[in-house]
Amino acid sequence: MIEKSQITQILQNYKNDRYRLMDILLDLHKIQNYADTETISYLAAALKMSRVEIEETISFYHFFSMEPKGKYNIYLTDSITANMKNRKGILETFEHECDTKINSVSSDGTFGLFTTSCIGMNDQEPAAIINDVVFTNLTAYRVRELVKGMRNGLNLEDLMYENYGDGNNADLDVRSMVCNNIRKKSIILKKDYKPYTFVKSGIKKFTPAEVVQEIENSNLRGRGGAGFPTGLKWRFGSQSQGEHRVIICNADEGEPGTFKDRVLLTEYPEMMFEGMVAAAYATGSDIGVLYLRYEYTYLVRFLNRILDSMRKQGYLGKNIGGVEGFNFDIRIQLGAGAYVCGEESALIESMEGKRGEPRDKPPFPVEKGYLGYPTIVNNVETLVTAVKILHFGAKWYSEFGTNDSLGTKLLSISGDCKFPGIYEVEWGTPLTEVMEMCGADDVQAIQVGGPSGMMVSLKDLSHLNSTQLMKWYKPSGMEVAERFIDRRLSYSDLPTGGSIMIFNNQRDLLGEVVMNFMEFFIEESCGSCSTCRNMPYVMKTKLKKILDGHGVKSDIEDLLSWGKTLKASRCGLGQTAGNPILSSIFNFRHLYEKHIQSLTEYDTDFDLEKSVQSYQKFVQKEPVLFHMK
Amino acid sequence: MENQIKIIIDGQEVLTEKGKTILEVARENNIFIPTLCHFMGADPKANCRVCTIKIHNRMMTSCTTPAADGMEIENNTPELNDIRKSIIELLFVSGNHFCPTCEKSGDCELQALAYRYQMMVPRFPYDFPQKKIDSSNPKILKEQNRCISCKRCIKTIKDEQGRHYFAFRNRGNKIEVVLDPDLGIEISDELALMAMKNCPVGSIIYKEKGFEKPIGTRKFDKTPIGS
Repeated sequence: MIEKSQITQILQNYKNDRYRLMDILLDLHKIQNYADTETISYLAAALKMSRVEIEETISFYHFFSMEPKGKYNIYLTDSITANMKNRKGILETFEHECDTKINSVSSDGTFGLFTTSCIGMNDQEPAAIINDVVFTNLTAYRVRELVKGMRNGLNLEDLMYENYGDGNNADLDVRSMVCNNIRKKSIILKKDYKPYTFVKSGIKKFTPAEVVQEIENSNLRGRGGAGFPTGLKWRFGSQSQGEHRVIICNADEGEPGTFKDRVLLTEYPEMMFEGMVAAAYATGSDIGVLYLRYEYTYLVRFLNRILDSMRKQGYLGKNIGGVEGFNFDIRIQLGAGAYVCGEESALIESMEGKRGEPRDKPPFPVEKGYLGYPTIVNNVETLVTAVKILHFGAKWYSEFGTNDSLGTKLLSISGDCKFPGIYEVEWGTPLTEVMEMCGADDVQAIQVGGPSGMMVSLKDLSHLNSTQLMKWYKPSGMEVAERFIDRRLSYSDLPTGGSIMIFNNQRDLLGEVVMNFMEFFIEESCGSCSTCRNMPYVMKTKLKKILDGHGVKSDIEDLLSWGKTLKASRCGLGQTAGNPILSSIFNFRHLYEKHIQSLTEYDTDFDLEKSVQSYQKFVQKEPVLFHMK
Repeated sequence: MENQIKIIIDGQEVLTEKGKTILEVARENNIFIPTLCHFMGADPKANCRVCTIKIHNRMMTSCTTPAADGMEIENNTPELNDIRKSIIELLFVSGNHFCPTCEKSGDCELQALAYRYQMMVPRFPYDFPQKKIDSSNPKILKEQNRCISCKRCIKTIKDEQGRHYFAFRNRGNKIEVVLDPDLGIEISDELALMAMKNCPVGSIIYKEKGFEKPIGTRKFDKTPIGS
């Protein structure tokens, strides 16, 4: 058990507030890497909760544990790009060198080896997090070296002998080998804006209502993936009544294949925080929180330093930018490993120390969010973009992009291409052009928008004209693309939160990619809705049946029809959890048909004689089979 | 009548006051919408999704959505009824529900809904997952094979200080509802009985009381659910 005095101290730091349970647990895990029963009981008594209520939260998050972990805990990512770059070999080497199996701790307690969902390093896989330090581009050789070093008690920092990454990755407070891989800059990434100009001088030129108006004029839509108009969100937030109002920056970038927020957090944090200040000014908010996914813990010290310097310069705190009565500050809330917390209401639940289960809407967070206060949740990229819009004007911004999707989008490109990394492109850019940009010349399929998005090919699909089908793999209520020729990135054709993963013609799309995505959804479902808790598993089992050669014609139709039930789920995760299968049937139906016994109506691959062989051997008697020819 | 609003359910106009959920309005007007996780008097948390309706072509849950003036609602349609039926089938295949041996048979809402939607053989393959039975508590048997994770016990069974006896554990399809070993040991007869009663299925059984009410006289034995 952790020393009582230490637990008491931590509890005091958070004023015995059960709504800070996430922070309390994070701090406890720093002292001891798991929560033991006595510690939990002690916490429960102090917070006036039952033990199972605390355990409810602990058992929800991937990086919390109720079992002892190792001295070194290795979290090896299970993203599809890692798998394409010999994750299997890396894992075997870890297992061999650490003398343990995946998802267990070595018998001497030195190494814990765990699998984890995409950690936002798709452009430098295979990657792993070891005691909060990120190691990228792993090879079997590197793994042996690392394990040897750890066995010799070396500091993880000493083991990172490679050069630090570019830009702020080499900052004294980051010291990480992660690389930015910024490949294409456009209006947002271009460093033509001096941070804090808006807070310092611009802010006085606008009333809060004018800030909202300017953002509305720019037609900026949420960059996390759902594409809700940002100005409208700010307007709703400013109109809701509450003692406090809250601005949350959603940096829980969990969609596999997405890593653009990682780069923004590293290179443009001042603008992101400034965007939060602007949003706070526009909506009259006084509480600010950056919800940062646990995988990006390595950035916390650096980000806190920037917040400190903002406070010193008067960009946070009281009367910001000289505006009387404009008080606002930001704290960082770490997550603990749950994809679903990227959904804004799940994120709020998590911030309140609970399981990240999305809330029923209405009420929407803008009406009733964090602790019941009106809450505006914006993506990192959205806030950075908002600052540029406020500086250069909505008119300037609307010169870029297409009619329904203005401006630019940051893409996180990974997979089978020569230059994985961050590309800022204008909305409306055709997919073919994006492929040329990143040097992908052998393309079988492109996953646009991550596993919850769509798997598409570059081929002309206009003959398919299945608008009805499309409805199933967009979240309920989102508009539906009318046609599929000459595919372009836009909210009406191919919406994306930024994840673009490329698979070449050697890849086994169904067995390798779609299976990986379905396993991801099964692992990351919060389990609240009956549909999302059970259906992805049922669908995956059916896919397995098809891949094993037992599928028949009706199996494909079954999958399409079962996918409909997922649309009755509460949040976007559940509603899109069948998309890997649905969109691959839609765009790559021939792959399914290759596997099924297309001429039969039921599975004929059952050999009665073969099935009774072991029985026959055991009883040493010939069975009497009447089905014989 | 400032507060009066009009909504339309399956073409039928219904007058009501502001501030009620669609489910409440439907029940007042004897319009059947199936529910499993909903429990009168507890905050709704639309877990089971069985009460899904369509408002202006968008799927919503009727237990959480407030009725608003002019809403046009689809309820008793072939599409929605099939989704509801598929959810019930999903719950059957993801657990181990053997009605003939279950103490709750006849009082079970899952079973009653399966009859109502005429479930014969589920369209999904049975998974027969390995689940545990927790019989460590002196009064309560927690039968995980039958649990549908509806949260009713979590929401309604609390002590005077508001501490919960039941809680979720894990996530996704590994989720379980567990009984607190410390609090549970002193659970009152009254609360234990209430826990069994509030459970829509046979996952919470008050030991030795499961068969008190003879089969044939139970809630849905002669009157199907929603009739």
